[in-house]
Amino acid sequence: MIAIIDYGAGNIKSLQFALDKLGKTSKLTMDPEEINQADAIILPGVGAFKDAMEALERDQLDTVLKEEAANGKPILGICLGMQLFYEFSEENGGCKGLGLLSGSVKRISDKVKVPHMGWNIIQSDQPGTLLNNLGEEPYVYFVHSYAVDDLEQNTLVASADYGGRVPAIVQDKNITGMQFHPEKSGDVGIALLKNYEESIS
Amino acid sequence: MLAKRIIPCLDVDKGRVVKGKKFQDIKDVANPVELAARYNREGADELVFYDITASNEERNIFLDVVEQVAREIAIPFMVGGGIRTIEDIHSVLHAGADKVSVNSAAVQRPELIKESSDKFGSQCIVLSIDAKRTEDGDFHVFINGGRKDTGMDAIEWAKRGEALGAGELVVNAMDADGEKNGYQIELTKKIADAVNIPVIASGGAGKLEHFSEVLAEGIDAALAASVFHYEEIPIPELKEYLASQGIPMRRRA
Repeated sequence: MIAIIDYGAGNIKSLQFALDKLGKTSKLTMDPEEINQADAIILPGVGAFKDAMEALERDQLDTVLKEEAANGKPILGICLGMQLFYEFSEENGGCKGLGLLSGSVKRISDKVKVPHMGWNIIQSDQPGTLLNNLGEEPYVYFVHSYAVDDLEQNTLVASADYGGRVPAIVQDKNITGMQFHPEKSGDVGIALLKNYEESIS
Repeated sequence: MLAKRIIPCLDVDKGRVVKGKKFQDIKDVANPVELAARYNREGADELVFYDITASNEERNIFLDVVEQVAREIAIPFMVGGGIRTIEDIHSVLHAGADKVSVNSAAVQRPELIKESSDKFGSQCIVLSIDAKRTEDGDFHVFINGGRKDTGMDAIEWAKRGEALGAGELVVNAMDADGEKNGYQIELTKKIADAVNIPVIASGGAGKLEHFSEVLAEGIDAALAASVFHYEEIPIPELKEYLASQGIPMRRRA
């Protein structure tokens, strides 16, 4: 069972429907016991960084996530969920994140339209099974105004080109992040979720 | 590089898609979930559903449709029509929509844009603007289904919408709508140049060239209804054509 952390972060039904298509059982939960028993955790998220951190802290889910991460459980962060893994975001005057990955989150350059909204191609930054079977021109759906900035280069799996390089997939051992929405990225998104699921099972 | 988006729009009445042609008394219907699945297979980048029903009871039928669509397709979709309050926005997002468009209610109470984007994030709040050129030559904002001229300048309203937190704009050119003579490029481009958020052109698509004309002008996406519903322009053919014109396109589902 995959635990989807349900802390009021926007449209998470679509994520559950996408996992259904892969035949994976998932559960929306905030219960530390259920999260502890899950095979993997997904941290979804849209909206503001600070609100999300406060919502996690209110229910001590930040502590739960840090413990599970330290125990080696696979955790996938999607969109804002990925950004929350980092140490700091400058959104809304600045806010500390979970600090599971080193780096910070900054606003996308105003040289391009913000938010970065729509379909963009991801390019591989290092070989790995996550990017198997995506076909030519793997377009995925992005919606975000902030992006991870100074990350450790060896954790960058794939990136997109939008006013510079935008980290799209990051991975450090059991922690994986996708800045785009795989559950909204058509067949490519389903293939990415399938690759992820196979990589952790 | 970001692909330009092709967005079919579906009007939903009593749980069915209304495929009415303007100026003609034909009403054809389809199942919205089946039509959405077809557009998804054909490579549509996003979908828009407008609720054109009125009663609360029908509203619930519409929300069921939204949830079924979310279950069926894995591309983003926007919901509009009759959105007046934060609760309305919450209910369609909760049913599985990714974005919500506000129109008349935002004109009457602009704070709705700020309150909703603060609460749900700018990325899901779309300001839909119905605009028409008036006798003085300026484009004005109209409300109540295009019946009432607010006297507001459309470009100023677009800028204000962005400042209040809208994450995207839909520009519905009322003169062009249903005419199939091309998008209202002048107005849509003026708005796209005045803001730094994505702009979707709406109204007037009739042939392949209309899409390339508008998307070559710095406009991010093109919305259309009847040319897709009646299969006058198949989406795969449209995307191949646009790609051949050098417009970045996502060419598979």
